[in-house]
Amino acid sequence: MKLKNWKEVNPGSVITEPGSSEKFKTGSWRSSKPIWIEENCIQCLFCWIYCPDNAIKVKDGKRGEFDYEYCKGCGICALECPGKKGNKAIIMVEEGK
Amino acid sequence: MAKPVTLKELSKKEILFASGHRLCAGCGAPIIVKMVLLASDYPLIAANATGCLEVSSCISDYTAWKIPWIHNAFENAAATLSGVETMYRSLKKQGKIDKDIKFIAFGGDGGTYDIGLQSLSGAMERGHDMLYICYDNGAYMNTGIQRSSATPLGADTTTRPAGSVVPGKTEQRKNLTKIMAAHNIPYAAQASPSHWADLVRKVRKALDIPGPKFMNIISPCNRGWRSRTDDAIMLSRLAVETCYWPLYEIENGVTKITFKPREKKPIIDFLKPQGRFKHLFKPDAEDFLKRIQDDIDKEWERLQKEEACFSS
Amino acid sequence: MAKIVAVTGNEAVANALRQVNPDVCAAYPITPQTDMMQRFSGFVSDGKVKTEIILVESEHSSMSACVGASAAGGRVITATSSQGLALMNEILYIASGTRLPIVMPVVNRALSAPLNIHGDHSDAMGARDSGWIQLWSENAQEAYDNTIQAFRIAEHMDIRLPVMICLDGFIISHSIERIEYLEDEQVQNFVGEFKQLYPLLDLAHPVSYGPLILPDYYMEFRKAQAEVNTKVPEVVLDVAADFEKISGRKYGLFETYRLEDAEIGIVILNSAAGTTKDVIDEFRNKGIKAGLLKPRLYRPFPYVETGEALKHLKALCVLDRADSFGSSFSPVYMDIASSLYPYNDKPILINKIYGLGGRDYLPEHAEIVLNELIDIAETGNVKSYKEYIGVRE
Repeated sequence: MKLKNWKEVNPGSVITEPGSSEKFKTGSWRSSKPIWIEENCIQCLFCWIYCPDNAIKVKDGKRGEFDYEYCKGCGICALECPGKKGNKAIIMVEEGK
Repeated sequence: MAKPVTLKELSKKEILFASGHRLCAGCGAPIIVKMVLLASDYPLIAANATGCLEVSSCISDYTAWKIPWIHNAFENAAATLSGVETMYRSLKKQGKIDKDIKFIAFGGDGGTYDIGLQSLSGAMERGHDMLYICYDNGAYMNTGIQRSSATPLGADTTTRPAGSVVPGKTEQRKNLTKIMAAHNIPYAAQASPSHWADLVRKVRKALDIPGPKFMNIISPCNRGWRSRTDDAIMLSRLAVETCYWPLYEIENGVTKITFKPREKKPIIDFLKPQGRFKHLFKPDAEDFLKRIQDDIDKEWERLQKEEACFSS
Repeated sequence: MAKIVAVTGNEAVANALRQVNPDVCAAYPITPQTDMMQRFSGFVSDGKVKTEIILVESEHSSMSACVGASAAGGRVITATSSQGLALMNEILYIASGTRLPIVMPVVNRALSAPLNIHGDHSDAMGARDSGWIQLWSENAQEAYDNTIQAFRIAEHMDIRLPVMICLDGFIISHSIERIEYLEDEQVQNFVGEFKQLYPLLDLAHPVSYGPLILPDYYMEFRKAQAEVNTKVPEVVLDVAADFEKISGRKYGLFETYRLEDAEIGIVILNSAAGTTKDVIDEFRNKGIKAGLLKPRLYRPFPYVETGEALKHLKALCVLDRADSFGSSFSPVYMDIASSLYPYNDKPILINKIYGLGGRDYLPEHAEIVLNELIDIAETGNVKSYKEYIGVRE
């Protein structure tokens, strides 16, 4: 990306594009990766509310896939996942494996 | 009282704190911010004290905030927001604004308990219509885990490291929630991200009350607490279940405990998973551990008595 | 029609603020400013202004609230002195760096320690590099006029910088003088409507104020701010020209007094300029070509124009009501020396520190300085380049 010169920057360094951080993909930080096992999912949405990075897509109240562009791989979702009958709906695997 | 919200309902709302922020993996702060913003049905404007949340959410051209947001300095989030809120009142009175807007300040414990306490106290006393939220991770995490007045007894920090003579922090935490309640503001509360429904309910209640409100929310920090990246919710839950971080609210002077653990867990359950307390689990530190437990028991007792005063 | 009154400097400035009728005011008491904000608070209580006032718990919070209120999107004022300005220091830089057109009268007073409540310029000199525009005022009339003009300068779309209006504590703030007030309507028309470029309260366009800027961009923002400063003098002159049309009073970047054909001269700020002018008249009556330059726009400092105005002198003394500890000379001296540096032919320049902590500046002080300048102009010999005057040796 071409950096702006001093004539192009906003006076007072005000940022006028809300939510522009979405252009900054934090998925590359990940060293381990959550995997969603749909058949064990009870749709409690705990993973969604506890995710620090909004990396779980929910549509019409239903959990969908992970958004790996932003998921930093913290593993909170996997730890908090109640699963079904003791079987987790989210497991962590080492990134790149 | 408003009916409790469900996650299904909340999930249909837009999250106003965007992805791409640069808080550490597993940080408690963005979880809290997300819950707070989801809780509100009002348009919000936020102020932020300098700290982890601020530097990680708004860098160069990137802002994670989808609501109007202002960062001024470290110690003045409350004063800054009181300026914003006053301009809102002025322009509303002049008929230049017609919307009902609510104002929220976010500050860490350094920016709230320590350097920002005067600014916060002033804003609360002046009665601005704002909700101040402290995300309390118990140290100056942004600068690298230095001791604050919110650091718990016994914790190892980089400015009060546990050594052969000093057992980490030797003083109790400041009870800021009590101090804020002593301002006789209409609402002060403690919450935890583990208990999301309680947190969301408190934010909604606070925003409906005119005037100054304060919420203290425990915010796990795996870097400073020397714990795992996946345990922010687990640790904040343990903080509540051990009564290290009781969930309660003080509304118009009336104290109400909003969550009572069926069985109060021993404090070591909260301390043990955290590396910042590992020196307390050496054989010669038993007395110190006992002191920590005693302090918590005493405060929990006091809080229950305080609640009992009002429940008859 | 102008109204002629006899009022103190504080009262005059408070009245200017009433006439401007800002949206928000943050106020905190400090001597000798207190009385100004007290008067303004009275206007609020009596409904004479639409202003919402925030009675903060410190000057740090005062400036912090001003930053929030200005970013929110309206006209914002506060006022301070001395320790209060020092306490605000951190946020002064944030106000200017964020390009917020806050207007703040500063009733100049000495800094501690030792504690002293009387007039000198140490407070505002400590803030001279903070990115604020500074307008200095000799008397209550100038303080009143500068306050009104400050809004137009601060809010000019090419500028958008905060402005402080400096007036001498007690000597001006608490002395009664003859003042010509403009009509309220004239002032209202002169300052006009203010529109914030990025109002925080605009929900349709959510903006973020106060980002972390890393080394890849910090210099671009600083360069942009430096460039804005170069545009200030022209705007100050334009605003002054408009102001002259409604007031009949003429303002420039600085005032010169019998300077054009002078051989010796004095540069001096604020109230002491009045005393000096009287003594210059006496010297002129004796046939001595003495003159004076009184800076008005001190920040950003108009180096070229000032140097041009002073370069023909043989000997020149900068009298400063503040010192700059540890540096070679006092604050104004260093700026004057810089303004003269490019010229091959320039006056011999000396520096005197006077009037600290409210010590009276007397005609005899000006006489001593002028006599010394006569001697330097004749002989080229300088006894002392920098010294304190009016002090017990």
